[in-house]
Amino acid sequence: MTDWPLLSLVTFLPLVGAAFILFIRGDDKVVAANARHVALLTSVGTFILSLGIWLKFDNASADFQLVEKAQWLPQLNITYHMGVDGISMLFVILSTFLTPLCILQSFGSIEKRVKEYMVAFLILETMMVGMFCALDFVLFYFFFEGVLIPMFLIIGIWGGPRRVYAAFKFFLYTLAGSVLMLVAMLAMSWHAGSFDIPTLMGIPFPIPMQYWLWLAFFASFAVKVPMWPFHTWLPDAHVEAPTGGSVILAGVLLKMGAYGFIRFSVPMLPEATAYFTPFIYTLSIVAIIYTSLVALAQEDMKKLIAYSSVAHMGFVTMGIFAMTPQAVEGALFQMLSHGVVSGALFLCVGVVYDRMHTREIARYGGLVHRMPRYALVFMVFMLASVGLPGTSGFVGEFLVLLGTFRANTWVALLATTGVVLGAAYMLLLYRRVVFGKLEREDLKSILDLDLREILVFAPLIAVVLWMGIYPSSYLNVMHASVDKLISHHQTALAPKPAPVAEPAAEAAPVDVPAEAPAGAEAAPAPVPAPAPVEASQQTSEPQPQPAPGTESPVSPAKQE
Amino acid sequence: MSGAFPVLGPALPEIFLALAAMALLMLGVFGKGEERPRIFFYLGAVLLVISAALAWLVTPKGGATIHAFDGLFVLDGFARFAKLMVLGASAFTLAMARAWFEREKLARFEYPVLVMFAALGMSMMISANDMISLYMGLELQSLSLYVLAAYHRDNARSTEAGLKYFILGALASGLMLFGMSLVYGYVGATGFDAIAKVLSHGHAPVGVAIGMAFILAGLAFKVAAAPFHMWTPDVYEGAPTPVTAFFAIAPKIAAFALITRVLVGPFGPMLPQWQPILVLIAILSMTVGAFGAIGQSNIKRLMAYSSIGHAGYALVGLAVGNQEGITGVLVYLAIYLAMNMGAFAVILAMRVKGRAVEGVDDLAGLGRTNPLMALAMALFMFSMAGIPPLAGFFGKLYVFLAAIHAGLYTLAILGVLTSAVAAFYYLRIVKVMYFDEPIEALDKAIGRTMGVVLTVSTLVVAFFFLVPMPVMRLSAAAAKTLFPH
Repeated sequence: MTDWPLLSLVTFLPLVGAAFILFIRGDDKVVAANARHVALLTSVGTFILSLGIWLKFDNASADFQLVEKAQWLPQLNITYHMGVDGISMLFVILSTFLTPLCILQSFGSIEKRVKEYMVAFLILETMMVGMFCALDFVLFYFFFEGVLIPMFLIIGIWGGPRRVYAAFKFFLYTLAGSVLMLVAMLAMSWHAGSFDIPTLMGIPFPIPMQYWLWLAFFASFAVKVPMWPFHTWLPDAHVEAPTGGSVILAGVLLKMGAYGFIRFSVPMLPEATAYFTPFIYTLSIVAIIYTSLVALAQEDMKKLIAYSSVAHMGFVTMGIFAMTPQAVEGALFQMLSHGVVSGALFLCVGVVYDRMHTREIARYGGLVHRMPRYALVFMVFMLASVGLPGTSGFVGEFLVLLGTFRANTWVALLATTGVVLGAAYMLLLYRRVVFGKLEREDLKSILDLDLREILVFAPLIAVVLWMGIYPSSYLNVMHASVDKLISHHQTALAPKPAPVAEPAAEAAPVDVPAEAPAGAEAAPAPVPAPAPVEASQQTSEPQPQPAPGTESPVSPAKQE
Repeated sequence: MSGAFPVLGPALPEIFLALAAMALLMLGVFGKGEERPRIFFYLGAVLLVISAALAWLVTPKGGATIHAFDGLFVLDGFARFAKLMVLGASAFTLAMARAWFEREKLARFEYPVLVMFAALGMSMMISANDMISLYMGLELQSLSLYVLAAYHRDNARSTEAGLKYFILGALASGLMLFGMSLVYGYVGATGFDAIAKVLSHGHAPVGVAIGMAFILAGLAFKVAAAPFHMWTPDVYEGAPTPVTAFFAIAPKIAAFALITRVLVGPFGPMLPQWQPILVLIAILSMTVGAFGAIGQSNIKRLMAYSSIGHAGYALVGLAVGNQEGITGVLVYLAIYLAMNMGAFAVILAMRVKGRAVEGVDDLAGLGRTNPLMALAMALFMFSMAGIPPLAGFFGKLYVFLAAIHAGLYTLAILGVLTSAVAAFYYLRIVKVMYFDEPIEALDKAIGRTMGVVLTVSTLVVAFFFLVPMPVMRLSAAAAKTLFPH
């Protein structure tokens, strides 16, 4: 039992279900029903199995766990290498968690070509899970790009009126970015002689090369996140995709970009990361403020949520590059939270869309009179998106802002306006759709959530509240890996007279003579080395925190 | 080399193929060729398979290189692998052609005979070790292909295609001959080994460089690389579809084998001179292939541009010019073979009420009307676009990896960007099949041969990632024989 290749099982179990569905024969009705049930069973099974990963995961270890390694292309030194750490593990769970809900949701909304839809979704699940587990460059790219095919088909076949345009835009945008990443990966592997991700993390690349590599990775991940100004594919793709497609797109696919930043750009290219941090800050701030304003002006519910996704992902990229423990953990938490919340919001839109076949905000109003359960569900997710304390959205945003504040006060200040704007557009949306008088004739016969829909939403609500009330169960998973990431980043920067080290010398003259030599000598010892850098950051804070990144960031959230 | 009687053993497959083709011709003329063409198609395919098997079985001992006909002919692992691909592809395209020709009432025994002669020419090209034998093989292949292009002689477009191909092909041959005479004039030898020996001694004279450029131009014409690609779309469109399928695969692989042998062998020491030319040709081909296909509405024309683009990617590997690059070329070609074989099987099966059609729009709604065929075609298209997990990705991975290892970053970056552009038109075919509503459903019956070819190539393309090693290992071993040191 302990020797089971758990990650591979979770990754490829959906494919077994997909293959099974392909062989279902019979008349259309029977095939559709069977395909649905097989897909649901497979994805639920995958989810349960993936919980095994969490059970076996050792929070205390910062290393990759459940590692599997096998020969794949020995000639090129490419291996089948899978493993998870505190950064990637929860995203595996997120993927396997959202997929069954999407499949369950589609029971009511996908009527044509059900078999193909289910197959596409299960293949998509394999690709997503595989991507978060992959520890080899080529394997990662393999899954990263493999996502495109099922998603292209999902948008293009089951999407709305402009689905063809949206599908092409999605595919070509992402592909154009990714191919540059491929070149960067090949160049890195040539320099290092290995495609192995953990190995590459320990290899210092020459600084001029780092800039180019960083930009190539940026081309891919910035499109995927998406960061302003590369976000224009997202509203189109979201609006045209079927509900399930939107949920996965917002819930998991967007995380791939941020995950890429945190897995590749930051640990492998530390100097370039430090160099480009202001650039990322700028884009993130623009994304937060500008797309929030754009979201305010939307008349289409899905578009509004799509723009809000861009804004929320702005917090994530900002947090990752702030490189303080709270910010990075906050970013990761925000990614998880956003995955659940925005996915749920798209499901909320899907509920009314299935009934009225329109997403125009103005066509709704007063739904609370006919759909009290729906109003409640929508409210929970709307408030989570706004970041109400007690919901998952709060913890993520709060930690990111806290951590960023330590790194750069102004950036944090500007980002905070996004929180206000976020509240504005979400509350406005909610008011226009749910409150007010029920005036339209066709809305007067609208039905409230049925059992299936409640089944879809119940786990989402539970998770949102659990994440909001007791975030430690998630943050504890991340601690070790995030600490390792940050200390690794800072040891990589520390010995050189980089701009980061200089303010440390000025701000904390007392500490430096004592600690700097230790950091220079003992590069692998992570604890003493980051101290001078953090000391400079702490000077901007009124209360110095003794041990950042252990317990302190969690406690404010718990108290709420 | 040894006495009066030349060593014939290494050329066994070619000798067999020549005799078989001539025997088949006699049988056709004096036997019942006019009445029973079907037998000739099957017989031709079987004979090609046998010669492919012979080419595989006639092995140089211990991976050594052996020569025949006083050094005019060479047999090594590279030749063996390339011949296997070329002869196998010829056999399969011939088998696929039968049903199409019979439906179009064009089935005649000359077709298999011509294909066999073309295959013989290709086989000779692959094993050529001297400018003279190179030219002989090339012309035997080209003359057969000119006739094949004009095979539908009552059709104006087919005749035009044949004539166009002939005129431009003759021009290319002329260029090449001119280049060869220049090289001979400055080096004093036509044998590849002798040329390599002379050139490795020091700086090559300008005349040799010019001669080499001419030879390269002629060969670039044969692989349909830009800027010598102009004939490709017209010929691909005009020629009968089975001929197009044949053109797109076997002669292309043979020409690539030839260009590889010429550049790495005799002109190997001149790598710094020819590398920039190849880089340029590769970039142009990839760009033309990517942008040219966007506006095409005829699927054969589209495939023509696609093949130009693929030639560009394979040339990336060749431009690297070392063992790794050549391995990449061979991997790419092997995967290209599988993808194109399958794609053309689908194109050959495109019929509406018994009539062959070739518009991209005719595929509309195929995902609904014939899901399996549509799935296969979609896989080929995604694979050609180089999207993992399909086979095409590994071909591209290999050549780009080689390019980056050799420091050709510009080439690699432009290559991946054009592949993103090219993805657009491959996706367009997927879109037509899956997103559009069916207008007129294609006929369902596709025939058994086609079904087999389609199934095999689909499986290869879809599951290449599970067992990539055999192809990789074979290619690497084949490429190694070109670099004995």
